[in-house]
Amino acid sequence: MSHLLDKLRFFKARKEPFANDHGVTTDQDRSWEKGYRQRWQHDKVVRSTHGVNCTGSCSWKIYVKDGLVTWETQQTDYPRTRPDLPNHEPRGCPRGASYSWYIYSANRLKYPKVRGQLMKLWREAKAKHRDPVTAWESIVSDPVKAKSYKERRGMGGFVRASWDEVNELIAASNVYTTKEYGPDRVTGFSPIPAMSMVSYAAGARYLSLIGGNCLSFYDWYCDLPPASPQIWGEQTDVPESADWYNSNYIIVWGSNVPQTRTPDAHFLTEVRYKGTKTCVITSDYSEASKFGDTWLAPRQGTDAALAMAFGHVILKEFHVDKPSAYFTDYVKRTTDMPMLVMLEENEGRLSGGRFLRAADLVDNLGEDNNPDWKTIALNSDGRLTSPNGAIGYRWGEKGKWNLEQKDRNGELDLTLSLKDYRDGLAEVAFPYFGGAPHEYEYFQHTEHSDVQLRQVPFKTVELASGGTAKVVTVFDMMLAHYGVDNGIGDSSRASSFDDNVPYTPAWQEVITGVNRADVIRIAREFASTADKTRGRSMVIVGAALNHWYHMDMNYRGLINMLMMCGCVGQTGGGWAHYVGQEKLRPQTGWTPLAFALDWQRPPRHMNGTSFFYNHSSQWRYEKLNMTEVISPLAPKEKWNGSIIDFNTRAERMGWLPSAPQLGTNPLGLTTAAAKAGMDVKDYVVEQLKSGDLKFACEQPDNPKNFPRNMFIWRSNLLGSSGKGHEYMLKHLLGTKHGLLGKDLGDFGGQKPQDVEWVDDGAEGKVDLWVTLDFRMSTTCLYSDIVLPTATWYEKDDMNTSDMHPFIHPLSAAIDPVWEARSDWEIFKGIAKEFSRVCVGHLGVEKDLVTTPMHHDTPAELAQPYGVKSWWKGECDAIPGKTMPGLTVVERDYPNTYARFTSVGPLLESIGNGGKGISWDTKDEVKLLRQLNYTHANEGANQGMARLDTAIDACEMILTLAPETNGHVAVKAWKALGEFTGLDHTHLARPKEDEKIRWRDIVAQPRKIISSPTWSGLEDEHVSYNAGYTNVHEMIPWRTITGRQQFYQDHEWMRDFGEQLCSYKPPINLKTVEPVLNKNPNGNKEIVLNWITPHQKWGIHSTYSDNLLMLTLSRGGPIVWMSEIDAKAAGIEDNDWIEIFNVNGAIAARAVVSQRVPEGMSMMYHAQERIVNVPGSEMTGSRGGIHNSVTRAVMKPTHMIGGYAQQSYGFNYYGTVGCNRDEFVIVRKMSKVDWLDTE
Amino acid sequence: MNQLNMFAFGIYPYLAMAVMFIATWIRYDREQYTWKTSSSQLLEKKQLRTGSILFHVGILGIFFGHFFGLLMPKEVWYFFGVTTSMKQLVAMGAGGLFGVICFVGLTILIQRRLFNPRIRATSKPMDIVILLLIYAQLILGLLSIIVSTGHLDGAEMVRLMTWAQGIMTFNVAVAVDAISEVHWIFKLHVVLGMTLFLLFPFTRLVHMLSVPLQYITRQHQVVRQRR
Repeated sequence: MSHLLDKLRFFKARKEPFANDHGVTTDQDRSWEKGYRQRWQHDKVVRSTHGVNCTGSCSWKIYVKDGLVTWETQQTDYPRTRPDLPNHEPRGCPRGASYSWYIYSANRLKYPKVRGQLMKLWREAKAKHRDPVTAWESIVSDPVKAKSYKERRGMGGFVRASWDEVNELIAASNVYTTKEYGPDRVTGFSPIPAMSMVSYAAGARYLSLIGGNCLSFYDWYCDLPPASPQIWGEQTDVPESADWYNSNYIIVWGSNVPQTRTPDAHFLTEVRYKGTKTCVITSDYSEASKFGDTWLAPRQGTDAALAMAFGHVILKEFHVDKPSAYFTDYVKRTTDMPMLVMLEENEGRLSGGRFLRAADLVDNLGEDNNPDWKTIALNSDGRLTSPNGAIGYRWGEKGKWNLEQKDRNGELDLTLSLKDYRDGLAEVAFPYFGGAPHEYEYFQHTEHSDVQLRQVPFKTVELASGGTAKVVTVFDMMLAHYGVDNGIGDSSRASSFDDNVPYTPAWQEVITGVNRADVIRIAREFASTADKTRGRSMVIVGAALNHWYHMDMNYRGLINMLMMCGCVGQTGGGWAHYVGQEKLRPQTGWTPLAFALDWQRPPRHMNGTSFFYNHSSQWRYEKLNMTEVISPLAPKEKWNGSIIDFNTRAERMGWLPSAPQLGTNPLGLTTAAAKAGMDVKDYVVEQLKSGDLKFACEQPDNPKNFPRNMFIWRSNLLGSSGKGHEYMLKHLLGTKHGLLGKDLGDFGGQKPQDVEWVDDGAEGKVDLWVTLDFRMSTTCLYSDIVLPTATWYEKDDMNTSDMHPFIHPLSAAIDPVWEARSDWEIFKGIAKEFSRVCVGHLGVEKDLVTTPMHHDTPAELAQPYGVKSWWKGECDAIPGKTMPGLTVVERDYPNTYARFTSVGPLLESIGNGGKGISWDTKDEVKLLRQLNYTHANEGANQGMARLDTAIDACEMILTLAPETNGHVAVKAWKALGEFTGLDHTHLARPKEDEKIRWRDIVAQPRKIISSPTWSGLEDEHVSYNAGYTNVHEMIPWRTITGRQQFYQDHEWMRDFGEQLCSYKPPINLKTVEPVLNKNPNGNKEIVLNWITPHQKWGIHSTYSDNLLMLTLSRGGPIVWMSEIDAKAAGIEDNDWIEIFNVNGAIAARAVVSQRVPEGMSMMYHAQERIVNVPGSEMTGSRGGIHNSVTRAVMKPTHMIGGYAQQSYGFNYYGTVGCNRDEFVIVRKMSKVDWLDTE
Repeated sequence: MNQLNMFAFGIYPYLAMAVMFIATWIRYDREQYTWKTSSSQLLEKKQLRTGSILFHVGILGIFFGHFFGLLMPKEVWYFFGVTTSMKQLVAMGAGGLFGVICFVGLTILIQRRLFNPRIRATSKPMDIVILLLIYAQLILGLLSIIVSTGHLDGAEMVRLMTWAQGIMTFNVAVAVDAISEVHWIFKLHVVLGMTLFLLFPFTRLVHMLSVPLQYITRQHQVVRQRR
């Protein structure tokens, strides 16, 4: 009862000695032990995961005690694998285990917040105007008022607000913008749906219903490898991590597996015990290096040179000298190596042209359906053939789009080389890029001519036009390009690996610094393992290669190795690219929910990179001229425009999407057309042709075309992915920034040709910036309104990964704390308020939507030859063919909420589908009515299935997706079978009656069902591996030839000299010279390459403000550099240093480490500017983030559209935001100013 | 003046001791997790080692000096042949020595607590208050030695002994009477001493009640039965 009285029972206390008085038994009080016992007691355990962009999708137990989340531990109940395969546990990294800190931390957002200045204006306006839309208008149409709150962005001053008030403000702003400028002036950015797909869908559904834009992220993050769509017509598809265990040789290339793929790393460890050999290729001594039997450290950014040298050895030894029977058969059946390419003549020189097509040949070679899109090969009997599977077979006919070795005349055995069939040897010119010196001489060059001439065996074919053409096979072109001698008497090729001819092992030594003997040995090991095991050699590859301007060269280089060795689509083989995509497994079930396809189609999608490059006015500072990066064989005058010119051309040609779309409000076009007595599409085409109507992208500085409203959710755009951070602050937000460079006007640079130049570039283009988050991130700091959202332990949602085959829930362990709400509830609330506020301003409206020519639709066959501009009269303006498609979409604005909360009618009338196939979904919608119940009240959604809660939304996804509903899977495979003429339903039949529901996955993560959306199988016998069904089910790749492409034949690809993979050195961004030694502080300035890899001390790539992580690291921004460079600049470990170039400046502490090679500096990305960041000496403002010194630059080849695999798809193809070619100036700070009075 | 003396030396001591006993009991029973030294050794140990050892040696010497000096009846001293003036000299000598040791230690501890940023940031207000109070008390004690040199006969000391023993034996009138004439420094010293008693339960000083002396004698292995 009383501890004190207990103590005082001296005489009554029992004491019994034992063990010769060495021990004693007492009856002392033991209640203190409760303290220890209660420490680990809890009331319940809930399954959830971390919806961070890390592709982990690890199962976690969330412990709740007294209504509070206390801690989390790894779950250990995954479904088992197979007897010969380790299980998935343990999954979950220590960083994930720190997450529960956020829920009750000081950094947690607890209430809706509005910047004080805006709140004051809003309340004043509301007092004056009863109508909220008019009130909003009175603020933003007054330049003084608008500036007064915009210039305060990022400067603090948030005040608490109520949900009712913020929802009204947001809705009023959206309604005003839609009415005044058009719905496509409202934009949302949210990345990686797979990390919490319902939360993504909530915002996307709202935006799609009102006609706003959803921005892509995968390309903007530069995680999208453009090489994948180029080679396979596939965004990204990769093996699950368990398949590493099936591999017999693994190259880990620029991927830091133990650090960034922590939960999966055990498979890599385990397979090494099995005997698999590993080679790790990283420029720095990363944590992955220790996994390698060999560690190669090429100079960063030169990986393509290394890959080319590997390829040289493989081609020479395994395709020419002693051809591997397996490799030969593989490349013949599944790659474009046997396909014929026409040689084109250019100023007297022959170079690789486009693929020969059936349409080029007499009588279309008997192919009258899409002869422009059927590629041609030479059969072993010497006849030309159009093999099944080319993209021309995909559309307009049925049953021949497959990889059977057949044509209309029967079985085929294609010819790889024309060596024995040749009509002669042609001298073909190949561009060489490795001879260009680098500005800072960090990257080495070789003394070879920029045009390499090789003899290639050709055949002459007669053309339908009457002429003849010299044709060569891709295989022969490959040998010539790689410099591999195949005994045709071409002395320009390498006679041994020691010849200094591009691309031999000896040649690469200068560029990469890797020893030639290592290159030869690794290539041999890699290829001979693949030969013996039928393709079980694998490359695990990561962002280190993909974030360079010429990332597609790096990737194509190593994918070429895999294709040469027959590894793609084989268990334990292929490319394993794990960079941020976090596979959205039930994708086709999710798209109707997310983009409101159940109510209206098409949605407005926009590629993120072009959007941000354009609207943050980065193009106004562009110094990279395209003539610096094109092929020496390409016409220079064609490429003297600015990057933004090529982007606007791509938009107008229907290649890339636009946002905003046209230079006018799309809601008014139908009325205007009616007034003119015309059909709206004809009207728009006529207006565009006459020039009365322009595309918005031609006048980005015109206030009509500003992206007026922005929503950011599930993202830290301004603190993490925002390349050109300071440009965003200046032009999008209109607030204090650290930009040090001048724009083209002041600088005297070459201005764009197709884009209107205004001397005073617009600042503060965004009227309202709304961010949803659970913590005060850097992005929140700059927002006008911050909405507190539920954490990953407070909401119901779903999460999937490419790393394992399960579908996993996030479930609410506790209700959102304070006034937080889940993303679903937040957007539902905004939709409701929008529906109320819009009355009197917007009713049922006709919205004209433009769409690019999409991949996986017949529109991908739009432009078979050449690049033509309708505005120059080179061709007619035909929507969906030579310019974007035009569709009128009816929007019922007052019923936005009713539509948001119910499953719409189009799923029953049109059905559902994806990746080019579609199926009927009447049964599934009926099931949803039973599961979710229906809306009973009279109204726009009466009788329709309800979508009230996030769980309702989950059930919609799960019911509609083939991956989680066996009936749908069988329907989907059947639909694909109609294209291929083969029966694939056997892949789903065993699981036909399986239906995975929300509560099933809460009980235990579930393995999904094989679906044609993906190229691998969810099977009891093989692990998931990309391309498996292409190889084993003979489903074509979605490319021009239907095969894996070594060769790219689009005109722009040829102009860039990228028909075949080459080594292209890092580009020169010219960001250092104007500020180097111009503003001295007394310390030495050195120039280093700028690398921004993944966090070690943050939750995956973001969330570095976690106190536990900060404690483990150095508690603030740090930049790594080598000992040599540090010494040269007089910097010691932990010194404060400044990093700057024309883009901006960063203040951070130096980490001086042997890990880093000379010439490189690294800053882990997303180190928040809210933690321990002092002022910069250069800018005088608080020291910036890792992207303060970067700016996006785009590559026109990523803009190509309407051309088979090079057609636009959301997050599939498009410009990417690369950032590793950047150089910065580093110097020690002389004075650290904390700006405490700011 | 009489009322003030009565309150300060007749009532306040009982008040202080009552609070000390009751609050200590409550804290011991209800707030066991707060019953600790709150050591800051993890944050700084070099200064702590010197300061803490000197302080503890000094304060323990002073504590026992006061305990025996004040509470042992003078008859016992006489029985051992210790005269008042001898005792006065011993008290000044030993008290002075331990006092100086304690002063050095405490100065280090205070310097550390106030000016080491890590210690300062983790200090509760009471940690600083109690240190400063002990410091003040110690200085007063050292000053009283100087006063004592004015009357080496020990008469002043006898008055204080009479007071202390009077309080302990509930002879309040005798006690108050005995102390009313002593030097003001002694008076201040006594009042502050009582205040330390009063504050004792609210500070880390409670750790002195849990000195694990039983470790010296107890068996190597203790099995606590379930009950």
